[in-house]
Amino acid sequence: MAVELEVNGRSALVDVAADTPLLYVLRNDLKLNGPKFGCGLGQCGACTVLVDGTPVRACVTPVAAVAGNEITTLEGLGSVESPHRVQVAFLAEQAAQCGYCSNGMILSAAALLERNPSPTDAEIRQALDGYLCRCGTHTRIVKAVHRAAEDET
Amino acid sequence: MSAECAVTRREFIATTGTLLVAVAIPTSGFAQTLPRSLGRNRRLDAWVRIEADGTVTVFSGKVELGQGIRTAIAQVAADELDVSLERLRAPTVDTAGSPDEGRTTGSNSVPDGGTAMRYACAQARELLLRNAAAHLGVDVADLAVDDGTVTASSSGQSVTYWALLGGRRFDAEADATAEPKSPASYRYVGRSEPRLDLAAKFTGQTAYIQDIRLPGMLHARIVRGDRAVSQIESFDDTHIRGLPGVVSVVRDGNFLAVVAEREEQAIAAATALRAATQWRSTPYPAGEDMSALLRKLPTMDEIVSEIPPGDTPVVRELEAAYSRPFIAHASLGPSCSVAEWDGEEMTVWSHSQGVYPLRGAMADVLDLPETQIRVIHADGAGCYGHNGADDVACDAALIARSLPNRPIRLVWSREDEFCHEPYGSAMSLQLAAGLDASNRIVRWRHDVWSCSHSTRPAGGTAGGILAAREKADPLSLPPVTDGRQPTGGADRNAIPLYRFADQRVIEHVVLDPPLRNSALRSLGAHGNVFAIESFIDEIAGDIGEDPIAFRLRHLEDPRGRAVIERVRQMSTVQAAEGASGRPGRGFAFAQYKNLSSYLAVVVDIDVDDNDGRTRVLRAWAAVDVGQVINPDGVRNQIEGGLVQAASWTLKEQVRYTNQRIETRDWATYPILRFSEVPDVEVELIDRPDVPFVGAGEAAQGPMAAAIGNALANAVGVRLRDLPLTPDRVAAALRASG
Repeated sequence: MAVELEVNGRSALVDVAADTPLLYVLRNDLKLNGPKFGCGLGQCGACTVLVDGTPVRACVTPVAAVAGNEITTLEGLGSVESPHRVQVAFLAEQAAQCGYCSNGMILSAAALLERNPSPTDAEIRQALDGYLCRCGTHTRIVKAVHRAAEDET
Repeated sequence: MSAECAVTRREFIATTGTLLVAVAIPTSGFAQTLPRSLGRNRRLDAWVRIEADGTVTVFSGKVELGQGIRTAIAQVAADELDVSLERLRAPTVDTAGSPDEGRTTGSNSVPDGGTAMRYACAQARELLLRNAAAHLGVDVADLAVDDGTVTASSSGQSVTYWALLGGRRFDAEADATAEPKSPASYRYVGRSEPRLDLAAKFTGQTAYIQDIRLPGMLHARIVRGDRAVSQIESFDDTHIRGLPGVVSVVRDGNFLAVVAEREEQAIAAATALRAATQWRSTPYPAGEDMSALLRKLPTMDEIVSEIPPGDTPVVRELEAAYSRPFIAHASLGPSCSVAEWDGEEMTVWSHSQGVYPLRGAMADVLDLPETQIRVIHADGAGCYGHNGADDVACDAALIARSLPNRPIRLVWSREDEFCHEPYGSAMSLQLAAGLDASNRIVRWRHDVWSCSHSTRPAGGTAGGILAAREKADPLSLPPVTDGRQPTGGADRNAIPLYRFADQRVIEHVVLDPPLRNSALRSLGAHGNVFAIESFIDEIAGDIGEDPIAFRLRHLEDPRGRAVIERVRQMSTVQAAEGASGRPGRGFAFAQYKNLSSYLAVVVDIDVDDNDGRTRVLRAWAAVDVGQVINPDGVRNQIEGGLVQAASWTLKEQVRYTNQRIETRDWATYPILRFSEVPDVEVELIDRPDVPFVGAGEAAQGPMAAAIGNALANAVGVRLRDLPLTPDRVAAALRASG
């Protein structure tokens, strides 16, 4: 079926089964790299996108369920030329090793700062608790979120 | 965070397309013999080329694993050549032309690959200067170089590298006779620089193997029985072939895969095919505790260290047994490969740690000459050792060969990754010590039972690859081997750094492993250091001596003593501040491989009285990696190592019955989360006069032991079997009343 999506401020028409997980549409039809396949089970957070500003796991979200919603991927959050402050902060803190989890970390941190501009350490850890990092860069990620919060201008 | 890593928005943009970041490189000493990687790749132009457009291309054989190696080596090259980093291009490793540097493993990449690049670039610079001297009609001694522009101080005339050589190749063999520059003259080496690849990775640019999209590309999934290798008993693909988008069901003996136009179609078809397939396999040996199992299985045994007895009588004897389970690499991104067969050449993109060894193994699997196989490295998710990367590449190649001229993208499922990766081996350890009248250890026994810590494939040993044994014409498993001293495999770090008379260390390597196994970060060092550093603490406790003082009485190595003293100074805050249950503090120390980085760590933990849950609140680590080239890069590796080791130690265990692997996803194989991660503080002892060593694996063993020691201090009971789960801790609490 034809599904019309709003992704990163642009509309896109895709012809896929209604129950196709959003992740594969974003990666394979729209050729976006931000959302990553990590588990396909909604457990790790690597596939996260923002749907109307809320972090959602694209690997377990049927594409038809978000037709008409505003979808933002890592690319839509900011670019190398015009990065979002969370992306700037992640680079400043070198808050990654392999960087595979960074997509979910950055998007969920951006969403957190939208609803809570100056989160405490505990609030950051709580907001990110459902996002897995295997390289152990958690403490840098927390520092990056603090830095982004301070850089709110 | 240090100001040296502050990045402005402008710099964020400016770093794109350039190469930053550093680690350390040995600088002292002139190469008496050719560095290993240079010896294997003698052509100078295989390492460095000056392009006509004013850029410089450097070719390394070491691959990016998230450790920043690609840019680190470019940084070394820039300093040695006297060009700015912005001019450097560093293509990915490709068997079509990159130097063959074997694998990117063992914390050896900068010592090996960086040293080779340093000497290659020093020679290139020397050749360029000779050329410039002739061109300008002056002596080489009269020349100075600034960013590739060579100027004669006498005349003021200048010429650039690209004018001298641009587009033409160096026509020389690498001989390592040009002496590298002195450390004081380095511009990039020695500074914390942001890693360049992260800007692309933080914004969703094309950066990973998963981002490769080729015209006409199809999507594949594999279907495997639970145990490697299972036999297909019955299978019916008639209805599978009719499912939407299905292009092919590929069967080659017991190798089974589906190929579809779309990824979700491949996933659906694989699910259906799995349900339509019956497998037969020998049951796993299970149903008893792993430590006992390892000690019962046939082994090959070797005395790895023996120091004859002295004449001091033993007056007190202690003995203890320790263990760790099988641990999964559990990469966050399941293994992935893209492969295309054009009828003559197989081209494979892989996140393998060694594209050349993989090419050799793949040649055996496909029964093709190596000349018809090209393997290109692309970044993947962190691997932490030998995971499914090589297997998935061979899977993809087998599938691609059945569908000529259609690129195949294969991604393992999360379950494939957890069930089929080669785990880090379980280990069982028996330690015994004898003390003399002055409470000095005068007898030491260490026995370690373990499966091998490396089953990495290469040409001639491809039988370890899953598909190699599944295909209709299967290869057989190569004989069990394991790393040998001085670095060791199962016995890595089994030899204590402490000075004991009458010492004997024996490894018992299991010949028929119960589960598929290979190299996991630090190999046997995690289990051996956990055992040694736990036992030392136990002995100190038994005689009522401070455990750090007790260690220092047996440790002569001044660098070892220095990290211990430093971490003691770092952790002078009150023990376990912020604890709510039973607080405890623990210490441990090791020199990785007994010849690499020194690390001492102190942790504060908090144990919940009700459920036995142990949380690491804080960790302080002091590290000596010799010459520190990028302080932030080293800190990142150590911080990550501490956190990952805490996860292994507290939570991780591959569980299985004799029928199936039970740990198949993140719910059944939990890892440490943000709410459980300690604050970590890392200090480096810089030794500019001492050669660089790797940092990536130093934390694994000491962190495990420090947590175990803290737990013993908190609850008054020693837990000797990893992981230190709430169930085990709660049982210990109950037993101790």
